[in-house]
Amino acid sequence: MTDTPFTEIWVYLSASPLLWLSATLVCYLAADRLYRLGRGSPLLNPVAVAVALLIGILTLTGTPYAVYFDGAQFVHFLLGPATVALAIPLYRQRERLGALAVPIGAALLVGVLTASLSAIGLAAWLGADTATQISLAPKSVTAPVAMGISEKLGGIPSLTAVLVVSTGIVGAVFGTGVLRLLRIRDDAVKGVAMGVTSHGIGTARAFQVSPTMGAFSGLAMALSAFLTAALLPSVLDWLGLVGG
Amino acid sequence: MLHALTLILLCQLAGETVVLLTGLPVPGPVLGMLLLLGWLFLRGGISEEVGRTADTLLAHFSLLFVPAGVGVMLHWERLQGQWPAIAAALLLGTLLTLAVTALTMAGAQRLLATVQRRRRGAAGD
Repeated sequence: MTDTPFTEIWVYLSASPLLWLSATLVCYLAADRLYRLGRGSPLLNPVAVAVALLIGILTLTGTPYAVYFDGAQFVHFLLGPATVALAIPLYRQRERLGALAVPIGAALLVGVLTASLSAIGLAAWLGADTATQISLAPKSVTAPVAMGISEKLGGIPSLTAVLVVSTGIVGAVFGTGVLRLLRIRDDAVKGVAMGVTSHGIGTARAFQVSPTMGAFSGLAMALSAFLTAALLPSVLDWLGLVGG
Repeated sequence: MLHALTLILLCQLAGETVVLLTGLPVPGPVLGMLLLLGWLFLRGGISEEVGRTADTLLAHFSLLFVPAGVGVMLHWERLQGQWPAIAAALLLGTLLTLAVTALTMAGAQRLLATVQRRRRGAAGD
């Protein structure tokens, strides 16, 4: 590039976190607008569209991911506090929780084991290496937790983050259709299945269907994160995937 | 807003610190969530401010996954080399988990209802 005023401005802006922080927000708002224009069609999932837009921009401008993340980390950081904030919807559901404790407990245990074992099993069967298998194991868990688990067990945290986001998108896109096929009508059941399977992105989708489905999805996401973190080390050890 | 954010951040900080000190297999923010939940039960309620701040944070939960999602750029090679395995795990694994979880909860609810009905029936005899 020649030294035009535009290049100078670009060089200046791309060296500060402001540019990519703004780009993240603008792309997300554009994706969210498109989602609304498409009347909430799950095929226009805002996370998927925003990610695709940003990858397009980064590729066209030749910007490395590390430079992008310098700005985007301010958004990424909020995943931690948002996870803590899940205590609030959890507390709001405390009364219904008592009555549904046993069915939710059973669904959580079976769901968490199915999520990790099906991912590891399918990946191993189709020839993925051990690091990929471990990175896939916590794919149904909300990102900050899944990345922590992956790192502790010998996976690749940044790959896990990508797989977590993809899992959330798959659940958000196909979830309501699958639940309809299974003739599940209870919003509490639909929410728990969505939260266990596809964490925050599924929960964001569940809130669009009904507040009850969203609350139960958030609750199931939080509990399954805790359960997965507690169970997965033993499961991987039992499968011989981590050195014991 | 400021008080609520401080409370949330302090819970996360406490969670991270406990994990560092004890080596618990649970990530800091999840422990922070449980600490906040315990605190809410102790106080016996949620102040309007804390409720509003949490709702604001969670209303844009999807956005927070975008930076991590863009990280797919870093893994093109691994994804290309192992794409059938990864795609199968993502698609089939996720749909299977959704179905199994929903059917387990619906089944457990039915089972529980039957047991309760029988117990009531036995008591009525």
